[in-house]
Amino acid sequence: MRLARHLSVTTLAAAIAMSGHAQAQTEITVATVNNNDMVIMQSLTDAFEEAHPDITLDWVVLEENVLRQRMTTDIATGGAQFDVMTIGTYEVPIWAERGWLSPLDNLPDDYNEDDLLTSVRDGLSYNDTLHALPFYAESSMMYYRKDLFEEAGIEMTDQPTWEEVRGWAGELHGMEDDLAGICLRGKPGWGENMAFVSTLVNTFGGRWFDEDWNPELNSDAWVNAVQFYVDLLNDYGPPGASSNGFNENLALFSRGNCGMWVDATSAAGKLYDGDESDVADSLGFAPAPIAETPKGSHWLWSWALAIPASSENQDAALEFVTWATSQEYIELVGETQGWTSVPPGTRESTYANEQYIEAAPFADFVLKAIQDADPTDSTLEPSPYVGVQFVGIPEFQSIGTQVGQTIAAALTGDTTVEQALDSAQRATERTMQRAGYLD
Amino acid sequence: MTILRSATTAPRSVTGLRSAQSKRAMITVLGWSVALVIFFPIFWMILTGFKTESAAIADPTLIFSPTLESYQAVQARSGYTRFALNSVAVAFGSTFFALLLAIPAAYSMAFLPTKRTKGTLLWMLSTKMLPPVGVLVPIYLIFRDVGLLDTRTGLIIIYTLMNLPIVVWMLYTFFKDMPKDILEAGRMDGASTFQEVFFLLLPLTLPGIASTGLLSIILSWNEAFWSLNLTSSKAAPLTAYIASFSSPEGLFWAKLSAASTMAIAPILILGWMTQKQMVRGLTFGAVK
Repeated sequence: MRLARHLSVTTLAAAIAMSGHAQAQTEITVATVNNNDMVIMQSLTDAFEEAHPDITLDWVVLEENVLRQRMTTDIATGGAQFDVMTIGTYEVPIWAERGWLSPLDNLPDDYNEDDLLTSVRDGLSYNDTLHALPFYAESSMMYYRKDLFEEAGIEMTDQPTWEEVRGWAGELHGMEDDLAGICLRGKPGWGENMAFVSTLVNTFGGRWFDEDWNPELNSDAWVNAVQFYVDLLNDYGPPGASSNGFNENLALFSRGNCGMWVDATSAAGKLYDGDESDVADSLGFAPAPIAETPKGSHWLWSWALAIPASSENQDAALEFVTWATSQEYIELVGETQGWTSVPPGTRESTYANEQYIEAAPFADFVLKAIQDADPTDSTLEPSPYVGVQFVGIPEFQSIGTQVGQTIAAALTGDTTVEQALDSAQRATERTMQRAGYLD
Repeated sequence: MTILRSATTAPRSVTGLRSAQSKRAMITVLGWSVALVIFFPIFWMILTGFKTESAAIADPTLIFSPTLESYQAVQARSGYTRFALNSVAVAFGSTFFALLLAIPAAYSMAFLPTKRTKGTLLWMLSTKMLPPVGVLVPIYLIFRDVGLLDTRTGLIIIYTLMNLPIVVWMLYTFFKDMPKDILEAGRMDGASTFQEVFFLLLPLTLPGIASTGLLSIILSWNEAFWSLNLTSSKAAPLTAYIASFSSPEGLFWAKLSAASTMAIAPILILGWMTQKQMVRGLTFGAVK
């Protein structure tokens, strides 16, 4: 009897203690993408919770497309399942315009907002107010194998052109067994082949839409750019190029199967890591090639942390996003995970850090590429949209994917480039009419 | 005459025996071929889980140095147990409620049919033809308003409703094959409807009910659309766990394979252990 009474008193005391503890704790749910930098962020949960004992983190880590669909459903319906969302430069202005994101105009003084790179900060702002904080940012650039270039007697120029690249690809192709002259994205998708093709079209002098939102997909610039891309990959690309996205090309290049590769700057750290890459010692970097104009020749993308307006834990969420995008966080990653693993492209201070510069010889290229990219002026002729490798309108996801599929069909030889672009033009016109942009 | 007949029939029976043997051998070879083709992706996935990331994307080979590094990476990142417990709870919970609702429904349709029974059955099945994404937003809004988002209860409700048409159909087929005379005999002895169902129908159709339940568990275990869309962290089952290992940036095949192997292992073992009952249930009443 005494034991029973003792037990009940102890249980009650424990319950009171636990309920008190639970009241003091705020649990925030962070939705993020399964990219290496975010996995590192998740692994540093303890560091955040130690510094913020009143906040605990709950993680939802998903593949990019699944996460995008999941977050869109939640934020559009006000489901309030997430307190922090990982979104990209494409979503931020669209979601901010609809009032789905909390404006971040109350950042703490020690956050050092002025340290953020201007182009990245502008890409995450709506009406001159930040609506998401950059976690990491990337542009595009060219990787090449210095050993093969030396062997072939080719000298890399300060600013390569696509014509030069075609010539070099022809010389390198087949120099070794299973060596493709150049690797480029071919897998259809608005974030896959169309990210690259859009920059190619930009530099060939094309644009997605004229100033009245009329699609220009069968213009001379588009035909020239896409024909160049199809010929280049068919003549000097790896077998099955139409199914290669970022990951597949990363694997090919790191195994030594590509002479050149034009893709995201975020691959640099992985290619430079001798444990993951067979070409770390012979890796060369160059700016993304240009053709008619340097405008829009390399993209700008950043993954950023935003707070949905529907979140009930705004203060705790702000604590977390400012911590995860701070200079201190970058230093923490550098010290615990190695300096090549720090999230790149967000802060001036990262590129002033000697330890980082020493560990990452590609830092200058990345910084310059990100600083040069201007999403508000990425085409030779004026265009009505914001975005280098995408068009910042909600309809672009479906348009980009559809056009990507027709270009992939041209790459595999199922249609000609002209047929593919005529079909893409008609489909885009229909979508724009239905969306009310055209009469 | 007798000798003559034996002499003429003997070679024919030997030929018949040979042809039966070769037929059986062909069926065996065909059966094994189909089984191997179906099992090969699972075998390859299990194999890939024991490779390094770079070996996983290299040219396919059966010769490699096995490593547990992918399993270690998977374990270090996410709480497998939490996801697995959610899967067990929703798969078994939804199957229990689906059977609870389907047994009386199938009984009524099999033994007390009306002129609308066939139509009702077809209508129930037609709900399976609707793409789930078509009703995602209304269901999401309902779940949000009643507080069922990211709860096991919410998933159990959805899975119960999702599997109900198939469970009713299967039970209806099994019940229909039961001779009505047995139930009538019970009724003559004064059994109530409940006793009739509980003491006669259920024991006699147990293999069918067991295989239906197992199928419902497997369908719930593997379901990914609703589990990914209606849960976030607390009620997320193993399908969400697998989805967290695919990545558009960086190599992930070995880790994804390790996570998938861990996710399907419990249901694979359950299926292996109960395969006799499943086959017996699925062929129940097929040969008369």
